[in-house]
Amino acid sequence: MLPVTTKEKVLSVKEIDINRLRETASQIRKDIINMVSRAACGHPGGSLSAVEILIALYDYKMRYRSHDPEWEDRDRLIVSKGHASAVVYAVLAHYGFFPKEDLKNYRTYGSPLQGHVHFGVPGVEFNTGSLGHGLSVANGMALGGKLRKNNFKVYCVLGDGEIQEGSVWEAAMTSAHHHLDNVCAIVDYNKVQENGPTNEIKNIEPLASKWSSFGWNVIEVNGHDFHELISALDAADQEKGCPAVIIANTIKGKGVSFMEGNYKWHGKAPKGEDFEKAMKELQ
Amino acid sequence: MSNAVPTRDGFGKEIVALGKENDRIVVLSGDLEDATRAEFFKFEFPDRFFNLGITEQDVIGTAAGLAKTGFIPFACSFAVFLTNRAYDMIRIDVCYNNSNVKIVCSHGGVTVGEDGATAQCLEDFAIMRVLPNITVVCPADVYEAAIATRLMAAAKGPFYMRTSRAAFPVLTGQNDPFEFGKAKLMREGNDVTLIACGIMVHESLEAAEMLAAEGIKARVLNMHTIKPIDRKAILAAAEETGAIVSAEEHQLNGGLGSAVAEVLVQHRPVPQEMIGVHDMFGQTGNPMQLLQHFHLKAGDIAGAAKRAIERKR
Repeated sequence: MLPVTTKEKVLSVKEIDINRLRETASQIRKDIINMVSRAACGHPGGSLSAVEILIALYDYKMRYRSHDPEWEDRDRLIVSKGHASAVVYAVLAHYGFFPKEDLKNYRTYGSPLQGHVHFGVPGVEFNTGSLGHGLSVANGMALGGKLRKNNFKVYCVLGDGEIQEGSVWEAAMTSAHHHLDNVCAIVDYNKVQENGPTNEIKNIEPLASKWSSFGWNVIEVNGHDFHELISALDAADQEKGCPAVIIANTIKGKGVSFMEGNYKWHGKAPKGEDFEKAMKELQ
Repeated sequence: MSNAVPTRDGFGKEIVALGKENDRIVVLSGDLEDATRAEFFKFEFPDRFFNLGITEQDVIGTAAGLAKTGFIPFACSFAVFLTNRAYDMIRIDVCYNNSNVKIVCSHGGVTVGEDGATAQCLEDFAIMRVLPNITVVCPADVYEAAIATRLMAAAKGPFYMRTSRAAFPVLTGQNDPFEFGKAKLMREGNDVTLIACGIMVHESLEAAEMLAAEGIKARVLNMHTIKPIDRKAILAAAEETGAIVSAEEHQLNGGLGSAVAEVLVQHRPVPQEMIGVHDMFGQTGNPMQLLQHFHLKAGDIAGAAKRAIERKR
């Protein structure tokens, strides 16, 4: 029997037990390491950095029905950094969209749990994996929501390396120009991309002023601190008439010491001793 | 045959009619709605029209998002800009996600004219038809453009339609039957079959007249749907006429002629001659000068027909 999560009302901060969220984060990190290790491939670094972001969304902020993923009034999430599929699937399973046992099929032949985020998985809104697509799609959904006079919110998680794609900035202009205050982008700013530190490969700084000069309400937080994330998600609703972006300062590979900040764990699965060490650290 | 009208006008008028019937129709533009005729819709339904500026990738992605919330978005620009510039977005956001997005682009082929190579799309059939889930259409005249617009709005899933800037004669009737994937027989004949799309249907009908003067009876098939291609009509033509000419305002590599050849070589190889652009970019000139320059005129098609018939022996 699946645990059913129905969150049709936004919770208030005081109703949230931060310790429980931390325990959930720890469990999700173990799931991620198990998934990529079993698959012997995948992208642990950018999944581990986004754990708290996704938990804050699914546990606290977003309205959805896990037993009815197509519920019309649900808030939407586009995970534009589609390589972070492990964290997305682990979180969706945790919140009851599908049985947790299915996570063992991650990246296996015939499974909907494909290497990059795939909409065959209950709760996934859109196939991603080619970078720089998600924000435009989120804008389209948000325009659709406004046309239908439906007040759902559209969240879009972007990678920091990803925003080197020019298409992200085409979309950023659209969100502001069309006053899409029902769009909230979250940059998982883990400072590392596939072949090295993001700002050595192509500097994206000054990041906050880039977004604000594009007409966005910018909120900067520690992306591993639930208090800050939750407050930021609430603050993102406050300013009317413009979109909001949460720059979540995170650590690539967060929670596994030898992966933290190391680009070599962007797209590699731990095995043998590395796997044992990672799991031990996450206990 | 009545007066000459560009196929883009057929789209522009029909999208307005559809907009009146269905408030889920929305139109997105990359700041070329004057040229694509999407502006007819803008004037009638400003709240459901979005000029996203010169951002083709964003136009396609935004259209996909609108489709996922239950709208029927038409994404419009020049064929070169949307299909080439936003290719990855069409591949992922539209085709891989099987989004209900209709991509309608004007300015296909060399008959774009004086604007020259950068505006003349000669590769859209090839790059669109290799993508799964999408239907690829190029109507022969203004009525076909209108009915195709109507039917693609009613159908589920991705569509690509190329319209023309240049005015060409109306060849079909307003109430003619039209079905995606089913070629329209424009002229009966049993010596050779001319298979064409878009404005090349007109050139093929003229070629058939020239051939008739020499006693050669050419069948003319209007292959308005390039994907899925009408295999049945192609194989019947191979069986009954024994020689084929394909004619398109597009590169020879990968377009309509290639799609026809793929059917023939696998099922019934017969001689095929291909009329199209020979691995070159377009250039400045008026439409008629350019059709001649690239050997896309009725006379070129008639010559190819005779070569194909010769190869039967």
